[in-house]
Amino acid sequence: MSEAPVAPPVASADRAREKGIGLLLSPPEPRAGWRLLPTRVVAMCAVELQKLRHDRTELYTRAIQPALWLLIFGQTFTRIKAIPTDGIPYVDYLAPGIIAQSAMFIAIFYGIQIIWERDAGILNKLLVTPTPRSALVTGKAFAAGVKSLIQAVVVVVIAALLGVSLTWNPLELLGVAAAVVLGSVFFSCLSMTIAGIVLSRDRLMGIGQAITMPLFFGSNALYPLSVMPGWLRTVSKVNPLSYQVDALRGLLLGTPAHLALDFAVLIVAAALGITAASSLLGRLAR
Amino acid sequence: MTRDADEAVACTGLTYSFGETNAVDGLDLTVVRGEVFGLLGPNGAGKTTAIRCITTLLPVPARMVHVFGRDAAREAMAVRRLLGYVPQQLSADAGLTGRENVALFARVFDVHRSERAERVAQALAAVDLSEAADRLAGTYSGGMIRRLELAQALVSAPRLLILDEPTIGLDPIARTGVWEHINAVRAATGMTVLVTTHYMDEADQYCDRVGLMHRGRVRALGTPSELRQGLGERRGAKATDPLPTLEDVFRDVAGSGLDDQSGEFRDVRSTRRTARRVG
Repeated sequence: MSEAPVAPPVASADRAREKGIGLLLSPPEPRAGWRLLPTRVVAMCAVELQKLRHDRTELYTRAIQPALWLLIFGQTFTRIKAIPTDGIPYVDYLAPGIIAQSAMFIAIFYGIQIIWERDAGILNKLLVTPTPRSALVTGKAFAAGVKSLIQAVVVVVIAALLGVSLTWNPLELLGVAAAVVLGSVFFSCLSMTIAGIVLSRDRLMGIGQAITMPLFFGSNALYPLSVMPGWLRTVSKVNPLSYQVDALRGLLLGTPAHLALDFAVLIVAAALGITAASSLLGRLAR
Repeated sequence: MTRDADEAVACTGLTYSFGETNAVDGLDLTVVRGEVFGLLGPNGAGKTTAIRCITTLLPVPARMVHVFGRDAAREAMAVRRLLGYVPQQLSADAGLTGRENVALFARVFDVHRSERAERVAQALAAVDLSEAADRLAGTYSGGMIRRLELAQALVSAPRLLILDEPTIGLDPIARTGVWEHINAVRAATGMTVLVTTHYMDEADQYCDRVGLMHRGRVRALGTPSELRQGLGERRGAKATDPLPTLEDVFRDVAGSGLDDQSGEFRDVRSTRRTARRVG
């Protein structure tokens, strides 16, 4: 804990009070230990919500792609009945996968925002605050989670409008929110980790695009594990997106799911992601 | 190791290299409490690297950098609580209002919710941005953004305000405005200010002491008038002759080859980018 600052000279203090800036003479009481992390997470999430309040363009434009997936791909494959979905309409089966996909797309490019913040000096300024790097990364990751969650709400509304029969049980919806946030924490940390390695926006954009499609198609978002060839099934089993989709499907549609395993994998993946991204964040500051 | 109670910043043999280039090369520097200290030099002199070492952004070995007696290597978090930092780039978030930009820094410096709004309002008032506080920072002029960044730095009541090229790219009126606010806040709070600039005229006018930096080291140190008089005496100038400028002093201590040493591609690009955004 830092020592209290020396009181400013009396004349200075008087001038500060005259100017009505007396509070700027005394530093805030520092928080320490476990209380530091939640405050930083709340601060970063608040920024994300404030930005969305001022400019919702991204929210609307990002809704187009999932809407098209559900409307065109979902409706068409519902008619074809080519994919075994245990008796539920394909568009219903697809909806949780598209929620996970749209959340992942937001999170996987979050590293670009970090590099932009580095170039703009914002990251350096945050790194000079009493915020441990792990707390900064966790804050940013949960901010990505909040952004993804709002996008997920939009996709849920689109799915409901398309007639997908979703749960409205508040507890299950809370579980859905947790799965979306945890998945986004992992994918945004993956993105920030890559940002810490490649250090440039262009390279990160290329890598982001290169890994997004394999992550999406190498998961159970579009089709069940049972129709995959053996090698793809192995890829799917180490892909956190599969566990996120499994949890979302179980909670939203009531299909058989492995919720304990799904959340355990998501939590461990998120923790590993935070550790990796925190250890590389310093490279961005140099 | 006991540090002098008057020292706000003490660098002892500070060295930092990027690859084989010694950006800072054995820098010895002391900033006294309560003064406005100007670190001067051309692009690439090592000013920004030195600042980044002092602000804990770059890792330095123990005992090389102390801020109010705290070791920047061993007590980085304690050092950060004492600092207000304005980097060279325009670092306010254009997608947030002025008030939200300052509130973010109030939150990450642990300002309690009960006094957050008032403290943020006072920081904005200190830089005359109360009326524009609820506009998006993206609509601010370059000078207003610099003042907003000053408010972000002030909201945590730092003991040491570090400004890296605060007036780069600003027009003369905005430059004067930024300096007037720095001086007013310093007079009101008594804080120490460490500023880097390559505008010698600003340093002459606003800094209590300056250090002229070249190739990673401080080559001359003193008050602006001491340095100018010193050069005048060395040149054997008569009392009626006009005093040399700080730029003359700088050319004298740096010797020839200044033009070839004025910053690498990255420094110049960063400077130009900031200037473009301000303009």
